[in-house]
Amino acid sequence: MSHTLLSGNEAIAHGAWEAGVLVAAAYPGTPSTEILENLARMEGVHAEWATNEKVAFEVAAGASLGGARSLVAMKHVGLNVAADPLFTIAYTGVGAGLVVVVADDPGMHSSQNEQDTRNYAAFARIPMLEPSDSSEARAMALAAFELSERLDMPVLLRSTTRLSHGKSLVETGERQECRGPAYVKRAPKYVMMPGNARRRRIDLEERLRKAADESERSPFTVAEMRDTAVGVITSGVAYQFVREALPEASTLKLGMTFPLPEQKIRAFAAAVERLVVVEELDPYLTSRLLALGLPVEDVGLSHIGELSPGAIAAAFGVEPPETREIFTDLPPRPPMLCAGCPHRGVFHALHKMDAVIIGDIGCYTLASLPPLSAMDTCVCMGASIGMAHGLERSGGAGERPVVAVLGDSTFAHSGLTGLLDAVYNGGASTVVVLDNRITAMTGHQDNPFTGRTLMGETAPDVDIVAVCTALGVADVSVVDPNLLRPTEKALRAAVAAPHVSVVVTRAPCVLLTKEHPDPFAVDEEACTACGECVRMGCPAISRGRDSKAVIDTTQCVGCRQCVQVCKYGAIVRTGPSCDFKGRS
Amino acid sequence: MPGGMSGVVTVMLVGVGGQGTILASDVLAKVAAATGLDVKLAEVHGMSQRGGAVDTVVRFGDKVFSPVVDPGGADHLVAFELIEAARWLHFLKPDGRLVVNSRLIAPLPVLTGEYQTPTGIEAALAFEGAVFIDAEELACEASSPRSANVVLLGAMSVGLPFSETVWRDVLSRRVPAKTVEGNLAAFELGRQACAKGACEL
Ligand SMILES: Cc1ncc(C[n+]2csc(CCOP(=O)(O)OP(=O)(O)O)c2C)c(N)n1
Repeated sequence: MSHTLLSGNEAIAHGAWEAGVLVAAAYPGTPSTEILENLARMEGVHAEWATNEKVAFEVAAGASLGGARSLVAMKHVGLNVAADPLFTIAYTGVGAGLVVVVADDPGMHSSQNEQDTRNYAAFARIPMLEPSDSSEARAMALAAFELSERLDMPVLLRSTTRLSHGKSLVETGERQECRGPAYVKRAPKYVMMPGNARRRRIDLEERLRKAADESERSPFTVAEMRDTAVGVITSGVAYQFVREALPEASTLKLGMTFPLPEQKIRAFAAAVERLVVVEELDPYLTSRLLALGLPVEDVGLSHIGELSPGAIAAAFGVEPPETREIFTDLPPRPPMLCAGCPHRGVFHALHKMDAVIIGDIGCYTLASLPPLSAMDTCVCMGASIGMAHGLERSGGAGERPVVAVLGDSTFAHSGLTGLLDAVYNGGASTVVVLDNRITAMTGHQDNPFTGRTLMGETAPDVDIVAVCTALGVADVSVVDPNLLRPTEKALRAAVAAPHVSVVVTRAPCVLLTKEHPDPFAVDEEACTACGECVRMGCPAISRGRDSKAVIDTTQCVGCRQCVQVCKYGAIVRTGPSCDFKGRS
Repeated sequence: MPGGMSGVVTVMLVGVGGQGTILASDVLAKVAAATGLDVKLAEVHGMSQRGGAVDTVVRFGDKVFSPVVDPGGADHLVAFELIEAARWLHFLKPDGRLVVNSRLIAPLPVLTGEYQTPTGIEAALAFEGAVFIDAEELACEASSPRSANVVLLGAMSVGLPFSETVWRDVLSRRVPAKTVEGNLAAFELGRQACAKGACEL
């Protein structure tokens, strides 16, 4: 018996591989990204980055029609994008097994909001499994394909950050080859026009009844009777927190959380004196148990953010342990744009132009922090262009230029339709596509504009300029954002134009470059402590003696952006950084 | 005590995104697994890796439930940076062990002058019983500054119940082939430095 230490994401990939998955598609998103990255390296799997989650879902659904066990993975907000196919694929059902992996991010470690995907399973009426550690993640991924085929339904496998990025021991198995029947036309099942859809709607209820039976029998739902004074119903990682915090309590760990196993829940409830539900995020289980008329006791756990063993223990009146001194007034350490990040120059210019910067999601969102403070909004992927167009239409920005800013991956994800809309409707806003040749924020994934696929193959080198031109943008320019003056010039020309214009700022993500030019240093004599370079927000630049600028040569990558803002010629090239680089 | 499991050891590694805390925790978790123990590791990827504060937790024992702990729950705190050592200190048990890299990396609000560089952290941590390691300097001595995380791993290893052979074994398999020698040297220097600094409390 060999146990391997796997993250939840690695375990999900492995379980799917064991199930014989043939096609997998996803759009990256923390904490789900590594599922596809792992599948891409596994024998016999075709894995691809889709342009967005809706497309990824549709690719997997189509592959399932063709008899291939298929998987689609995304972060929680990705399911909003993919919700449209989800709700109707619930009606059509599947060909071969179709598993939808969605990773939530309680506490918003790397997300713009906190949603509880469990609601989607109930809303779209598809079965859902919730693993509590990597071992279950593997086993459930494997079982999900079988379940999907038995029920003729897509199955949702719900993860959270602590599962996806937590590691624990897993016993893995071999791959089963499992190709389903080839595609056959079945229009009444797959063409969802009203007449067919009404029949499938009724059929869906029948399939859900079978799913409820499966839930009653699920080996992943386990009642552990210990002291019956307190009985806790829980699922996912919250189960581990409960075991840690209340080692004596009886537990009912629900593995399949939609549909719920009503009999098992009633039996457990009847066997304990106090019945408590411990769940992260929404009162998903609580509300359903209350609707069953069960006496669920509210111990006051928060519905916001992550749970922890300590939070649960406290809710049950356990005194917290003694702790050491808590340091107050420490400077916070938010993430920041890297030294040499090509995005920096763009925001420096936009800030100078007093533009209203309608932002989007990516590394560049970090430009919203001081000292750049160069972003007015960040909502969801692709939102920048439509919102900029709307703001411009409202007239509310007065004389200030309105500029939408989004990355290359975000542009492919959902910027194209917004841009077409603005052109169609005669808008005048400016769109900046920050083309750093990669999807950086989520850890450097390829996208349609990088010329490579997830499997490492060469892809058609789709040109952003040609795409914009084809969408009807009259005015498209390309600049190197590391050159500040030309960048500012291009931006000023674009905002002056009476129609939609696009500026593509093109320079590779600094983390993609291995060899850097020699660093720069500050000539103390020449520096007047004006602070212009410090306001670039570069991690390598700080204020030293007499408030003069200091460059940490171990961090400087020689991008020359600060050299261009210094009016006094005080930033000069030095030899290679001799001592430690400091970061590994 | 929430965490009623006796025999579970909790190690917390904290630092700044990009410092290599994830590799160090991964090696530790694999060493625990190779020794036949149950183990859980919690880390967070994504946004914070762009120079933000990062923390990882490794827990091992006969049976581990929770991957994370609350304040006062860690037996060992290994800080790759001074401000982060201070930020996470209250997670360390009063009788826990504190290993600190004596390097300060200024966060953005300090760089921009919004906050002062905190003073007195080293003294306060010394008072809390910290063992200081100059990881970057030792890493340079061993091979390259990039192995500072492995120096700290070496320092941490002194206080943990695993054999040196297993450490070296797992480490050799975890790092790129051409850096094995340099990393083993860094590990050794970290171990020695810790032993000198009375790391075993
Ligand atoms: C619907 C949705 N899917 C995925 C994500 C995760 N996500 C955040 S930023 C980002 C990529 C941004 O890449 P790009 O636009 O190229 O900007 P960069 O980070 O390279 O600057 C992704 C995938 C998300 N927030 N929302």
